[in-house]
Amino acid sequence: MSSTVIGQDGQDGQSNQNNQSKQNRQSGQKASTSAGWPLWEIFVRSSRGLSHVHAGSLHAPDAEMAVRNARDLYTRRNEGVSLWVVRSTDIATSDPDAKDMMFESPQGKDYRHATYYKESEGVKHL
Amino acid sequence: MNGPSDQMTDQKTGQAADRLPDHSLDSFGDAAASATRVTPGNALRPEDIALQKAAPAGDAAARYALHLGDDALILAQRLSHWISRGPELEEDVALGNIALDQLGHARSFLSYAGKAWGQTEDDLAYFREEEDFTSLHLVEQPNGDFAETMVRGLFMALYQHQVYARLLDSADETIAAISAKALKEVDYHLEHAELWTLRLGRGTEESARRMRRALDKLWPYTEELFQDEPLHDELEGIAVRPSTLRAQWEEQVRDILDRSGLAVPEVPAALCLGRRGEHSEHLGYILAEMQVLARKHPGATW
Repeated sequence: MSSTVIGQDGQDGQSNQNNQSKQNRQSGQKASTSAGWPLWEIFVRSSRGLSHVHAGSLHAPDAEMAVRNARDLYTRRNEGVSLWVVRSTDIATSDPDAKDMMFESPQGKDYRHATYYKESEGVKHL
Repeated sequence: MNGPSDQMTDQKTGQAADRLPDHSLDSFGDAAASATRVTPGNALRPEDIALQKAAPAGDAAARYALHLGDDALILAQRLSHWISRGPELEEDVALGNIALDQLGHARSFLSYAGKAWGQTEDDLAYFREEEDFTSLHLVEQPNGDFAETMVRGLFMALYQHQVYARLLDSADETIAAISAKALKEVDYHLEHAELWTLRLGRGTEESARRMRRALDKLWPYTEELFQDEPLHDELEGIAVRPSTLRAQWEEQVRDILDRSGLAVPEVPAALCLGRRGEHSEHLGYILAEMQVLARKHPGATW
């Protein structure tokens, strides 16, 4: 029922600053102070036709710099053609303690799989 | 896609022409595609330049390649000092990356220059004396604080970006090829420096103060970037005449500083003759650190 927010960096007050790279460029908006830079989750797409895959996380003062840092950290061996960055605090996750409730119910319900059903007689083109 | 562009793609990716003609970068039908694929890719390497037959057309062309290589080498040496000292791990990696890019450019230019004199990149990097180095005074300036490193980085990235862009048309094919590879990397160095200049200039009072101090300190050394040498007279069509870069460089600096809430300082130029081997006291220390191992243990490998 409950959800967990990952990336505890104490930057909650600045959660509006993601996705505002254009605005950042103009305003030179400053990020965090002594608590350090906020955490970002990095998604790399390795080639056309594949999805972005979570590669890891890093610290950056804002979204624009996070993309640049991701380029340095996660694509330096020719791994990618596209990057996404998301503030860690903006990702809502399922509660690890609620695994039973969340994910056990489908077990044993093989009628949810196509292989459960037998081909009916007389049905063509199946 | 038509024939010629297919051929170019094939050369770049090393794909056989009869296999995956149009989809060499697609995951569709590409058995090697994966979310974590790691490939070295193909690009001009210093090792290739050392092996190639083509050498600089004359002593002047070699010395010009040496200018470019020495700037990159000393800047790389300065920047690599930031490794493990960056304000954040991520910035540490960014500065280390830029240092390595510059070192790569230096290796290519030195490898090429050395062919005119029967010398290797190592001969030129490790066994020349201070007065033989032709680097600009700007690159030998101490790292100072982060603001100083960013201002120096901005000045050099703007400069190198213009130089390499113009050298794409150089009559010397190797210099043009090295410049083409370097340009893409310097493009990133420029963006890195620009993004930080904007953030530090418009950041806190303290960050803006440090940027102003860095500008005051480093602006005098920018005069040397645009100094023509007799060498350039001999290299029409091969080299870029530095004085022709100035107007655009200044315009770009002013634009970035303007957007950062900073200004070009009004300070006099410093007299610098780095291209002729006259350096400040800083270069000797840089070289001592850079050359000591190679000189103490000649031929050492590890």
